[in-house]
Amino acid sequence: MADTLLKVDGLQAWYGESHILHGIGFEIARGELVTLLGRNGAGKTTTLKSVMGIVEKRTGSVTFDGRETVGLPSDQIARLGLAYCPEERGIFSSLNVEENLLLPPVVRPGGMSLAEIYQLFPNLMERRRSQGTKLSGGEQQMLAIGRILRTGASLLLLDEPTEGLAPVIVQRIGDIIHQLKGRGFTILLVEQNFHFAATVADRHYVMEDGRVVDMIASADVQQNIGKLQAYLGV
Amino acid sequence: MSGQRIVVALVLAAAALAAPWFAYPVFLMTALCFALFACAFNLLLGYAGLMSFGHAMFFGTAGYFYGHVVKEWAMPPELGLLAGVGGAAALGVVTGALAIRRQGIYFAMITLAFAQMIFFLCVQAPFTHGEDGLQGIPRRALLGGLIPTKDDRVLYYVVLAIFLFGYFAIYRFIHSPFGQILKAIRDNEQRAVSLGYEADRYKLLAFVLSAALAGLAGSTKAMVLQFATLTDVSAAMSGEVVLMALVGGLGTIVGPVVGAFVIITMQNYLASAGEFVLVIQGAIFVVIVIAFRKGLVGELTEWWRRRSAPRPAAGDD
Amino acid sequence: MAQVALGLVNGAFYAMLSLGLAVIFGMLNVINFTHGAQFMMGAFAAWLMLGILGVPFWASLVLAPIIVGLIGVVLEKLLLKRIYHLDHLYGFLLTFGMALIIEGMFQWKWGSSGAPYPAPITGGTDLGFMIMPSYRLFVVVAALAICLATWYGIERTKLGAYLRAATENPTLVRAFGINVPRLITLTYGLGVGLAALAGVLAAPIMQVSPLMGTNLVLVVFAVVVIGGMGSIMGSIVTGFGLGLVEGLTKVYYPPAANTVIFVVMAIVLLVKPAGLFGQAK
Repeated sequence: MADTLLKVDGLQAWYGESHILHGIGFEIARGELVTLLGRNGAGKTTTLKSVMGIVEKRTGSVTFDGRETVGLPSDQIARLGLAYCPEERGIFSSLNVEENLLLPPVVRPGGMSLAEIYQLFPNLMERRRSQGTKLSGGEQQMLAIGRILRTGASLLLLDEPTEGLAPVIVQRIGDIIHQLKGRGFTILLVEQNFHFAATVADRHYVMEDGRVVDMIASADVQQNIGKLQAYLGV
Repeated sequence: MSGQRIVVALVLAAAALAAPWFAYPVFLMTALCFALFACAFNLLLGYAGLMSFGHAMFFGTAGYFYGHVVKEWAMPPELGLLAGVGGAAALGVVTGALAIRRQGIYFAMITLAFAQMIFFLCVQAPFTHGEDGLQGIPRRALLGGLIPTKDDRVLYYVVLAIFLFGYFAIYRFIHSPFGQILKAIRDNEQRAVSLGYEADRYKLLAFVLSAALAGLAGSTKAMVLQFATLTDVSAAMSGEVVLMALVGGLGTIVGPVVGAFVIITMQNYLASAGEFVLVIQGAIFVVIVIAFRKGLVGELTEWWRRRSAPRPAAGDD
Repeated sequence: MAQVALGLVNGAFYAMLSLGLAVIFGMLNVINFTHGAQFMMGAFAAWLMLGILGVPFWASLVLAPIIVGLIGVVLEKLLLKRIYHLDHLYGFLLTFGMALIIEGMFQWKWGSSGAPYPAPITGGTDLGFMIMPSYRLFVVVAALAICLATWYGIERTKLGAYLRAATENPTLVRAFGINVPRLITLTYGLGVGLAALAGVLAAPIMQVSPLMGTNLVLVVFAVVVIGGMGSIMGSIVTGFGLGLVEGLTKVYYPPAANTVIFVVMAIVLLVKPAGLFGQAK
């Protein structure tokens, strides 16, 4: 690929005694939106955590913008320009909405301003003095995404941003992810909701049992729909 | 293996019987009292998962009970021991019922605080004779004059018997169904509760038993040394028993005995070092917590197992 | 009434010390048993600096906490950071051992008897209902100001937001690019500095002696159990409140004055086991 931002090669990861990732590899070009698909337990979330450096043990290679990150602690990885939005959203209950938004430090120039983020998520503006965890699920998800846009990170790792949300909110999140791609963010998205993923992504990697087993470009999804359904067990 | 065990047991029994001819009996008796005290503490930590940082309150007050009954009331020593055990158990019921309402680190702080309260009460109460302590408790013959206790060697066997009684009581307790339930509660309280066990009652019973045995140790010590002082109720004493169990190995049944002998021996040799004993004790705490958390017995069995095992087992915690 | 006002002086120390314990516990998951020793080190640092270098009280008020805080930073980097992954009990045991070492060394060098530290403010202030020694009045006001400043720092500033967030979820905070291990070291240094600051304030009131913090820290543990460690403001209120209770007891039933806090703890355990300001568990 011409302009690879993230390159993962032979990545293995463990939680305690259990070996979760068995040597996975994939690449993401700058400005691309790529999803990781797969059933529960395939290792998608662990992949994001491994890229971010927050698993107990990992080996192999993860290069970001040409720089090897395996061996770096997660705070230094973040400072290279990666930002992470966890599946459980990780909203801090002892911080109000605005404190949550301002928490991640700016690691690179070129991030969005607070005003721009509020423009993108008007609800958060209204509730900026509320306790973070008092928001609705959808608002918390928007807060979790909004929070990592300020930092100047160029790669966003989003773990199941639509999980448990009403269809109208899912659509709204889809719009936002589109807009973020339009702004030049590179995005690695973990999704269970394939229909949602298909509408936003350029390419899909399919994971099974801690391995990447297939790659399908969005344009080819229709031809491969049967294969995909078999992978995902739908 | 079991043949080996019998040999070890015989050697230990011979050593225990012959010991007063080779070592100073008062030293041995003191060490046995502390060994029993440490075992009592360890019963609570190792098998109920509750770390009491206030066990001196049982050890120390039992000494006062013994002294008061034997000296002021001129009663036989058996009643003194009984009073010590009963008093410590009663105190255990009250403080235990309150302390088990919290867990983990709070439990340690609560027991520590109650022990401090008892310490302050002992400083003020008339029957403890404050800073002077209860001195000159007479040594009376046991079993209505059958066993004279003026001779240190004779008394040693009495103390050994008391120690063995306590030790096997703990052993029986741990291996009883009750002890098994206690362990289940320690490992997963939620599950034990969902299986219908009233966790708090089991914990309280373990607490009271531990307090009673600490009381037995404390009143026996008063019988041997013929005094009871504030030192035995102090927070420093509570810390010392933790240290003994830690040095020997938390959660092992022999560990506290080994730890008690090690610490008492050390204090004997370092008696002239004054405050520096504190520094050394502190350093032992630090070194063990950082590097040898299994304690002497734990690390040794580990080493033995690794040596005798054909291949080192991976993933030991 | 006079005793009650004086109870506030003790309350001031309870509040400052339990506040530091709570902040340290939140970040490190360690109950800092060394807190009493560090309180003592603060007083000693002031006393030594006055005796040897002639450093006045007001300079010590700034310098001593910095010195003791830096020693705390070294201890954290050397020892404490090795045990965060273990059960809380090990932190308790480790810091207990550290306290023994520190107090033992001070006793070895300076003996157990105390030395007086001259009060920097003399005379009394007429409060209308009593004449309060001016220095004690200053201690109460200063402690209150320090506690409120700490509260503000934690609840209203950026650094405080990092602390609160890292207390909740250190992994995620670190994944945002914040050096959490350094934050932990800093927290310990600040908590220890707070204990030392209380020690400097206490020097002119108590005798400066190696064991001056030992009994105090045991009472502070009871304060922490009563208040619960979840709330900063809770620690402050509980600390001052219990000082008052102690003062009142001195008036109505003096023999119980030094045990009343433990009795309050027993009652709280009966009525609200989680502590007055604590969440369940």
